[in-house]
Amino acid sequence: MTTAEATAATDYELVIGLEVHSQLLTASKMFCRCPADYANAAPNTHCCPICMGFPGVLPVINEQAVDFMIMTALALHCEIPDFSKFDRKNYFYPDLPKGYQISQYDRPLSHDGYLTIHLNGAEKRIGITRVHLEEDTGRLAHLDGGGDRYSLVDLNRAGTPLMEIVSEPDMRSPEEARLYMEKLRSILVYLGVSSGKMEEAALRCDANVSVRPRGQAEFGVKTEIKNMNSFRAVERALTYEAQRQIEELKAGRRIVQSTRGWIEDRGITVLQRVKENSDDYRYFPEPDLPPLVVSREWVARLQAQLPELPDAARERFERDYGLSTYDAEQLTAERAMADYFEAAVKAGKASDTHARAKAVANWTLGDLRRLLNTASLDISVSTITPAGLAELLDLMDAGTISGKQAKDVLEKAFASGAAPSAVVAAEGISQLSDTGELESIVDAVIAENPKAVDDFRAGKSSAVQFLMGQVMKRTKGRARPDVVTPLLQSKLSQA
Amino acid sequence: MAELWQLTISEASELLRRREISAVELTRAHLDRIEQVEGNVRAFVTVTEAEATREAEQVDRLRSEGAELGPLAGIPIAIKDVISTKGVRTTCSSRMLEHYTPPFDATVMNRLHDARAIMLGKTNMDEFAMGSSTENSAFFPTRNPWDLERTPGGSSGGSASAVAAGEAMAALGSDTGGSVRQPGALTNTVALKPTYGRVSRFGLIAFASSLDQIGPFTRSARDMALMMQAIAGYDRLDSTSINAPVPNYAEALTGDVKGLRIGVPSEYFVEGTEPGVRAVVEQAIETLKSLGAEVGECSLPHTRYGVAAYYIIAPAECSANLARYDGVKYGFSSKQPAGSLIDYMSETRGAGFGSEVKRRIMLGAYALSSGYYDAYYLKAEKVRTLIKRDFDSAFERFDALISPTSPSVAFKIGEKIADPYAMYLNDVFTIPANLSGICGLSMPGGFSDGLPVGVQLLGPALGEPMLLRIADAFEQATDYHKQMAATPSTKKKGRSR
Ligand SMILES: [Zn+2]
Repeated sequence: MTTAEATAATDYELVIGLEVHSQLLTASKMFCRCPADYANAAPNTHCCPICMGFPGVLPVINEQAVDFMIMTALALHCEIPDFSKFDRKNYFYPDLPKGYQISQYDRPLSHDGYLTIHLNGAEKRIGITRVHLEEDTGRLAHLDGGGDRYSLVDLNRAGTPLMEIVSEPDMRSPEEARLYMEKLRSILVYLGVSSGKMEEAALRCDANVSVRPRGQAEFGVKTEIKNMNSFRAVERALTYEAQRQIEELKAGRRIVQSTRGWIEDRGITVLQRVKENSDDYRYFPEPDLPPLVVSREWVARLQAQLPELPDAARERFERDYGLSTYDAEQLTAERAMADYFEAAVKAGKASDTHARAKAVANWTLGDLRRLLNTASLDISVSTITPAGLAELLDLMDAGTISGKQAKDVLEKAFASGAAPSAVVAAEGISQLSDTGELESIVDAVIAENPKAVDDFRAGKSSAVQFLMGQVMKRTKGRARPDVVTPLLQSKLSQA
Repeated sequence: MAELWQLTISEASELLRRREISAVELTRAHLDRIEQVEGNVRAFVTVTEAEATREAEQVDRLRSEGAELGPLAGIPIAIKDVISTKGVRTTCSSRMLEHYTPPFDATVMNRLHDARAIMLGKTNMDEFAMGSSTENSAFFPTRNPWDLERTPGGSSGGSASAVAAGEAMAALGSDTGGSVRQPGALTNTVALKPTYGRVSRFGLIAFASSLDQIGPFTRSARDMALMMQAIAGYDRLDSTSINAPVPNYAEALTGDVKGLRIGVPSEYFVEGTEPGVRAVVEQAIETLKSLGAEVGECSLPHTRYGVAAYYIIAPAECSANLARYDGVKYGFSSKQPAGSLIDYMSETRGAGFGSEVKRRIMLGAYALSSGYYDAYYLKAEKVRTLIKRDFDSAFERFDALISPTSPSVAFKIGEKIADPYAMYLNDVFTIPANLSGICGLSMPGGFSDGLPVGVQLLGPALGEPMLLRIADAFEQATDYHKQMAATPSTKKKGRSR
């Protein structure tokens, strides 16, 4: 069922707010000097007395993490107050070595911004309540060793920087939620502050969902949905949950404020915990850290360093390359793809930039993307380099190969990693453009197909296509259509 | 000639420099003194004899090779067992950390090592620095060398008694609400709580982070200047440490207080202070006047809310600081079978902490709970701001303030332990300095019925040179600081733990 059906089929309106946590690509952890990148590290090798919460240790704020957060806040049009502070969030869990998490409670580093999504050609602003910094927890592995169940603690992740981005409850459909997530991820990756990888939990999303009868001003009772590990999961889980809530209400039952987990393979959400009252984390100001005073100079310096963001890139692509909004949006959603596109356009020999840009866009979003998806490869590591794609298009423009041949060359070059020109040379791929040779083939084809000739005389234009097909068959597709077509036309008129 | 253990650091340092004595001899003299009196005093949780001897030998070797060494090189000192020492167990006098050995040194330890001071061992304290008598140690109470029936105060009672009994030439303690100054007063030692942030807290096991400050015990103001010179200064690892140059403290000791303006806060001279204590402080004021100080009355009107605010803020912070002791990573871990994770943690914490620690954790958790936060924690923080303002306006008119350190002389072991509130009131004159972050020093001011009385000097932030100057001038005019307890020795050979 689509989103439109899910909501239009009912008299209910869906209200969604998202809480997104993003790991940051800082060199070190949030409050100590351990490396923040723990990928492939053996358990408990990227930690020190500070991030392990030993007695007597003290935190020191990672300035790069604050830089990254301020950049994100600027990109999300947030206000950045002069004064901010860290707080302790208290709870007991073995993956939380200090027994409290250093987070931000009532004075976050930034607040009140927005993010723009594009939906059916229209723009919609989704409000950003706040963006703040905190530290991540460690990880637990629950094991079952021959009837003896136990848990192991890995503190490599403990104390790595985490940025929380809380939206206003401004989304009205699962599709909007997915678009918000995609846009947010895109911005974070453009900024270079996050890998944006949901599948690796570098980007995590929790959703607050409620439904209400259309026209009702108050929000309904909300549930919090966790464990959505992809954009698709966000859209599916919210669609399911909205439908579930609507059915509950229609059946005369009430929604229970609770946390529910998305079960990907079953396509359902299940109750995890009922929240009667909000949890009491006994927040209080972190006494080991002085308040964070963000000077206007600091903000201005980061503002000046902000890279081009996806919306600006999209507009520029439309303007400078004459691309459609759709193509420009598709190309700029991923910074790597946008960079690839621009490099490929610049590397080519074409004189008409707009025509070449259109061609690069088509190939990048079409055949190349399909090949990359099949191989599960990111465009940044594509075996066809931007220069390679430009070379392929140059070969087509020069008439050396046909469009159909180009697809073949692309696949071969993609698989082998060779340059398209090398593939063309090695495979002997070329077009037949010699008029004398083609003329004798055309003559032979006309002679062998009198019925088609009759059809042509009877005014059936499809006869030309049929005869062209025969020529291609004889030349194994190498004949240049732009040479064969006029030949056929003149021979048939003479015959 | 006096025994080696009776010397001040300044005296011993000069003898070491002239190579009239060796660091090994000096260290041995203190280890022997420990052997002699420790059975009665019980100041130490751990004595690091082998390490101390080795370090002393190294100092002597360096000196014989002609190395230029500072005034603390070869000086035997004691360290409160709340300061992390790499490779030497650091217990906080708690079952929870009875077998915990830190893998790193506190910043102050690095600085003392750089100065080549000799650590004799780790001293007893109230568990996790919570208490005013050292009776809350999970191991044993420490006794006051002036009267073994009495406590040395607390929580740094082990450090105070060690210095008072000649078991160490100086010691480090920690002062959260008076835990250095009050035992200093009760044991006739010079005891300083530096300005918050003057000395790095990195490696100091936290009780209440916004109040804790490491401070030394010595037997003279000059020795205090030497200790502070070694340990004070900015530390990149402590974000709350002050990034300001460290003055030359010894240069502040001019011996002259002429024209200095000293304020007498009327709120510190109210009922509840023992007459004998009051008499000593009044006599000290007269002495300073006779030395040329200008003494005037002042008011710190919010003093009476200090204890209440302190007993909200300190427990609140401790409830979070002590959450890490959950039996998962280090320290005591319950072996009782537990139904759930939370049961296991409760079991560990229930058995690992003593009753005063548990009382404060519960007080703090309660004060931070939603619905109570504004009424308790936030209100206490407001009181704190008012107390700060009291001092700000007082220090506009005065260079320093003078008061009793503690309302009473050393009390008997067991006398107040059953009454937490009476115990808490011990800190009424010392708590405001922690709440406001200013510095405070307790100096030997005289005696009441044979027991020492401390006189407290309070100074503005980074006002340590002024306090040392006044204390030093007072010492020139009196000899109270030179009097040492006639600590009875014991025939028992067994060294403590
Ligand atoms: Zn670390």
